[in-house]
Formats: sequence, C-alpha cells, structure tokens
Amino acid sequence: MKAIYKRELSSYFNSMIGWVFIAVSTVFIGIYFMVYNLFSGKPYFSDALSATLFVFMLTIPLLTMRSMAEERRTRTDQLLLSAPVSIPAVILGKYFALLTVFLIPTALSCLCPLIIKLNGTAFLRADYATIFAFFLLGALEIAIGLLISSLTESQILAAVGTFCALLLLFLWDGLVHYLPTSRRGSLIGLLLLLALLCYLLAALSSNRKLAWGAGAAGAAAAAAFYLKVPAKFENLLPNVLGKFSPLGAFDAFASDHVFDLRGLLLYLSLTVLMLFLTDQVVQKRRWN
Amino acid sequence: MIEVKNLVKRYGNHCAVDHLSFTVEDGQIFGFLGPNGAGKSTTMNMITGCLAATEGDVVIEGHNILEEPEAARRCVGYLPELPPLYDDMTVREYLSFAAELKKIPKAERENQIGRVVALTHLEDAAGRLIRNLSKGYRQRVGLAQAILGFPRIIILDEPTVGLDPKQVVEIREMVRSLAREHTVLISSHILSEIREICDHVLIIRKGKFVACDTPEHLEELLSANNQTELLVRGTREETERILASVEGLRPASFADGGGDAVRVALSADRDVRESLFFAFAKAGTPLLELRPRMASLEDVFLNLTDDDDQVAAGAAALLQREAAPACAAPADEAAREETPEPGAENPEPDGEAVPEKKEGADDESHL
Repeated sequence: MKAIYKRELSSYFNSMIGWVFIAVSTVFIGIYFMVYNLFSGKPYFSDALSATLFVFMLTIPLLTMRSMAEERRTRTDQLLLSAPVSIPAVILGKYFALLTVFLIPTALSCLCPLIIKLNGTAFLRADYATIFAFFLLGALEIAIGLLISSLTESQILAAVGTFCALLLLFLWDGLVHYLPTSRRGSLIGLLLLLALLCYLLAALSSNRKLAWGAGAAGAAAAAAFYLKVPAKFENLLPNVLGKFSPLGAFDAFASDHVFDLRGLLLYLSLTVLMLFLTDQVVQKRRWN
Repeated sequence: MIEVKNLVKRYGNHCAVDHLSFTVEDGQIFGFLGPNGAGKSTTMNMITGCLAATEGDVVIEGHNILEEPEAARRCVGYLPELPPLYDDMTVREYLSFAAELKKIPKAERENQIGRVVALTHLEDAAGRLIRNLSKGYRQRVGLAQAILGFPRIIILDEPTVGLDPKQVVEIREMVRSLAREHTVLISSHILSEIREICDHVLIIRKGKFVACDTPEHLEELLSANNQTELLVRGTREETERILASVEGLRPASFADGGGDAVRVALSADRDVRESLFFAFAKAGTPLLELRPRMASLEDVFLNLTDDDDQVAAGAAALLQREAAPACAAPADEAAREETPEPGAENPEPDGEAVPEKKEGADDESHL
C-alpha cells in the first residue's frame, strides 16, 4: 500500500494535475475569503468555504478521473494485480494519495480564520469544525470519483460521470422536495429503491437467488408495514432520503454552527461504502 | 512448479480457455505455443491471478492462486503482453516502485535493482523517462520488472514481439541464462523461438489442449510415419525392381536426381532403412543418400493449429495414434538386440546382416 501511495502521490506532482488542483482550489478559496470575509466583513470563514463547494464539484472530478481509469487503459493494472498486494491495499493507497493532495488546500485554508482573528472577532471553533466537515465531505466526493473512475477506461467519461454524481449530491435537497408525498407514492418509491438495492446485490454477489430472495422479503415487509400502519407512509420518502442529504450535514456546521456528529458519520460511512464498491468493481472485473 | 488443473475461462458464450491442464516442473523452460487468439494470454493472466478462472485451479509452488494469492504471487514474476509501465517515471524510479510492490526488503532493493539493470543491459537508460524509451527498451524494462526479486517462476508473455532481430537474440540469451536458476514459462506464436529455447512445449488451439511434449519428441511423433528419401545411382527400372524385394513399402514416387541418379520418396509402415540398405547392397546398386524425412515442428504446429477444424483434428489424431508405437519402439529395438536369432520377418537381407552385426557387437565387448 505504501509503495502505491508514494507512486500515486509523486505522479500527481510529476504531472500538472496535482499542482493545478491545489492552485485552483487555493485561489478560489482565497477569492471567496476576500469577498465574503475581508470586504463584506462577515466573521465566519465557513460562509466563504460553503460558497467554494461548487468549485470542488468541478475540480475533484479532474483530480480523480485518472486514478483507476488510466491504469486500465495502459494495462498497468496487471502489474498491481500480479504483485503480492491485495486489491483493497491498492485502492486505499490510491485513495490516501488523493486525500493527501486534497489535504493541502484544506490545510492552507486553515490560515483564513486566523487572518480574521487578526482583524477582529473570529469564531475559531466553529470555523475549524467546518473545515473538518469540509475535508470529510471532500473525502466522500473523492471516494465517489474513485469509484466512477474504476468503472471506465476513459478519463473523460470518469470526469463527466463524477461531475454528474457530485451535481446530484448538490441538488439532493432540492430534488427531495419533488418526491411524491402521498402514501402510495412513498410505497412505490420505496419498492423502486428496494429494486435498485437488489440489483446491486445481484451484481455484487453474482447470486440471483439471494437477490430475488432479499427483494421478495423486503417487498413483503414493506407491504405488510403499509397495510398495518399506512399513516407512517405519509411523506416517508422525502423524510428518509432527506436524512441522507450530504450537504445538509455540512450546512449544519457552516450555517448553524452545530457539531453534527450524525452528519460526519454519514460522510464516513458513505466513503467506506464507495471504497468497498470500488474494491468490488475491481474484483468483479477479474471474474468476468 | 506450476500446476494447472482443468482451467476454464468463459466470456459469456465464448470459451477462451477450455479445460486446460498441464504441469510445469521446476527448472524447465516451458513454451506455450498457439496462434493468435488461442488463449495464451488469458491462461497466463489466470496463472498470475490477474484474471479469475471460471473453473479449475492454478497451484503455484503449492499455493492456490485464489486461496493464497499473495503467497502464490510472491513466487511469480510476470511480464504481460504489453509491459505494464508508468510513462511518467524514470526506469530507476519504476524499478524501485516495483521492488517495493514486490515487498523486497529495503536493504536488498538497491542491490537487486542493480543486478536486474545489468542483466537487461539497461544501464544507459536507467535515468531516462519511460515515456521516451523505444519499444525494445520498454520491453527490457518490463522484463527487468518481471525478474526483479528473482522469483522462482518467471512468466513472459510474448517477450520478443516487436523487437528487432538483435534484441530478440539478446532476450533469448537472457531467458536461457535465467533458466539456470528459475522456472520460465514463455508464450509465443513464433515457433522458431520456442524451439530454440524451450525444453518443453505446450501447444494450444482455440483454448484447448493439443499437445505437450519436448520439441524433439513432437517432431519424432509426427515423423513416425516413416517417410524415407533415397538417392540412388542407377535407372528407375532397376530401383523399382530392388524396392519390390523389400516388404512393407507403399508405392513410391520417383524424380530425377540429376546425372544418372534417381530420387525416390517412399513411405512404409515400419522403419525400413536397414532393409533398404541391405537390399541395395545386395543388388550392388549404390545408395548415395538415405534419410528419414522428419516433419519439422513448424509443420506439426501449422497442422495442429490450422483454422480448419478437420485439418487440426487430423493432425492431433496422428499424434495420438503415433504416440503409442513411438513409445513402444525403443523397447522393441532393445528386445531385438537381445534375441539371439533376430528378424524372422525379413529373412533375405537380415540373414546376411546377422553375422556382421554380431561381429560388431563382439568387437565392442572385447574392447
């Protein structure tokens, strides 16, 4: 894992991509910091930071696009697959290298609250907590990028795919409002979600019986629940999916200045899920 | 030692490798021969664990590649068809990355990289970016990576493709020198290469096992049809007359041998060289040439891997059919030498042959 980590990290800095990512991120954090905090006089750095989120929506796909896709295109994955290292170690090595690159602009942004402090009142604890949440959100976005990069050989497809996925995360809260709120609509939505999960299960385990079984059991449970306490299904879908809002957790830090532990756990668990899926994608390819 | 048992790889309906089984013993240079698309690379990828088999097992030095992948891969150095190189690294950086990846202890790394660089003659290129290297150098870097750590088994997938003749010879030399301490599994669709360096050949066709033997033995098997060529000084009629006195010949074909000689190509159901010699000697007709016509490995290979299923099946059947008599032949000969009164089958020429032969044998025993 260490060998891969070192190689990946040096490859980001041997090529332009690492430097460009750091430069663009730092410049835009700086611009928002100047506008929001220095010129508009807002005391919270978190305001500036939440405004930069969409910049990362554009730059993170560029950073992650080559991580897995390029290995496949140049067939260097055969070196890694035939070496005495496990696939999770390969993926973690790559992931930590990406995280290290992302950590640099994040670390630089840690200076901003101190600059505010020099000029007046600063809310250091709130700001640093926000930076921490920002880093974890970025870590999740990178894991999504890594997963999508492992799905394709084309860097462009990986970048576009990651961008779309991240855009979906940003629009999540807005889109949740458009979900059906009626009881029946919730049931149908729930069943659709169940079908999606079962499809994923089937793809991962290559065991159709298991997937059908799980699907049937889930559907039966949902139907039974629906017949027993239909009132619970009112607004169920927006409520459930709203809880998974990735930006909601960050907003709790940035706007409400609350330490949202549940949100952090959401980030961490989703990150682990993405890395697990990446591992599965790579493993699965060997069996195809 | 590599044991491949009943290996199958299916892509949807297409069967790339079909129930392939073979064993590579320690210290062998094992050639893996087949036309393009026969499933060589797929098999090698399965042996190294880059691909998982649909069915069957690969056991490397006692470690199953799927159950103990790390232990198994530790024994293997692999050069895939396309050398897995990172363009943005220098050769030295790449090799030290590979060394770390292969978990070579830090203290030994420098030393090992030095040895490998010397072996593959990469000294001049060590500081260059892989991006800027020519095809031959890239191949050598790939090879250096494969032998790094000096694993017990080295697997090379078409290592000489796209190289110029001088580089091909160099790589061959290298493989031969490696074989002193390592087991080498090498694939190729070029026959002369395999023939030159391998001491065992496995031929596959459309993913299926066709033949596995030493190159010499394979040739022998297919030439066991006992085709013989003669160059006789004399007329055609005379030759025909003498040939008629030898039993077991099939109709021969004649050609002008230049001057007053006749060239004869004939086949028989057994080894008739001795009978021919005595028949001509008795008639006082000089035999200028007598040689068995060997099918070259090239012919064997071309027939065995012919695109036409029938041709290939025919060649394979020949191999199967001839395998038994060919194995039995040495035993027969030995038995014949021991029997005191040999050759009741061919009384005429053998009658004269016996005393001569016995004398020779006696002479030897006196010495």
